[in-house]
Amino acid sequence: MIENDAKVWLVLALLAVGTYLIRLSFLGLVGNRRLPDWLARTLRFTPVAVLPALVAPLILWPEATGGTFDPVRGAAAATTVGVGLVTRNTVLAIVCGGVVLFGGLWLIPQ
Amino acid sequence: MAVSTANATAPRGDFLAGAAKAAPFIIMLIPFGAVFGVVARNSGLDLTQTMAFSGAVIAGASQFTAVQLLVDDAPVAVIVATALAVNLRMMMYSIAMVPHLGPAPLWQRALIAYLNVDQTYALSVAEYETRPEMPIRNRVAYFVGTAAPIVPCWILSTLAGATLGRALPESMPVDFVLPLMFLGMASPMMKTRAHVAAALVASGAAILFTGFPAGTGLLAAAILGMIAGAVVDDADPNRRPT
Repeated sequence: MIENDAKVWLVLALLAVGTYLIRLSFLGLVGNRRLPDWLARTLRFTPVAVLPALVAPLILWPEATGGTFDPVRGAAAATTVGVGLVTRNTVLAIVCGGVVLFGGLWLIPQ
Repeated sequence: MAVSTANATAPRGDFLAGAAKAAPFIIMLIPFGAVFGVVARNSGLDLTQTMAFSGAVIAGASQFTAVQLLVDDAPVAVIVATALAVNLRMMMYSIAMVPHLGPAPLWQRALIAYLNVDQTYALSVAEYETRPEMPIRNRVAYFVGTAAPIVPCWILSTLAGATLGRALPESMPVDFVLPLMFLGMASPMMKTRAHVAAALVASGAAILFTGFPAGTGLLAAAILGMIAGAVVDDADPNRRPT
């Protein structure tokens, strides 16, 4: 549980301002000047690196099970990735993973 | 073939076209925003703080990251750096918008920056690329049109989750909705070997780095993954120009 109110507000303010400045950066200030090529190429991989890195430990050690691997959650994650890779459809991938998750937990109550 | 009359159309038409294009995406935003509301309240944020996140940050992935790291009691600098790292992709959006929206007045660009999220960016740039003759006023109207259903819907669904979410049964696996959302967003992005390399290195490193102080493992893993992507991209003879 989060109990430190001042810390929450500080994080909120810094994150809001920082995110806005990231969005404004080039459009607002820099105009047509280009980023160094190596930086632009590296930044392109930000979402495909950050999102899986955020999720991988949550799949292996889900908080809800106290950190033990859960086959149902594992299967739901694998389904989402598989459907996403094959169909390139985000909504469909999430729905299929969700069906496996809810269906699996219904069949195998914990 | 119809003669293009795009130069003569009123911006209102483009606003409506943008809104219509963006409307289906609310199907996905509603559960995502609602889950944020539930997770934030269950993590100990009050209603005002929860709404301030969705209203001022408008970036779901980084909001979840920040709340998770607040729960872990990570230092403020680590929380902010990690959550901003999740949003760094938006710098690419900002760059990509310059050729299309650069000529707009500064106050309009400042507003566009506030509303520049994954969906509004992707839909608008796709439209600008198919209709290069679009006048600047119409481009701005189209962009604001895409934001019209997306941004209010994000905020309202957070409110719904934050106020009604405690009614959800305890057994609901809300903990795993976020991983599925992120996997669903990331897996269709695996367009080249470089993307796959970035994802594999980043997730492998994140697993190895779980013992790191809260948040720093993710940051280090993400940077390693991005470097891996760039390196594989360099070596790939079929790579597409940036």
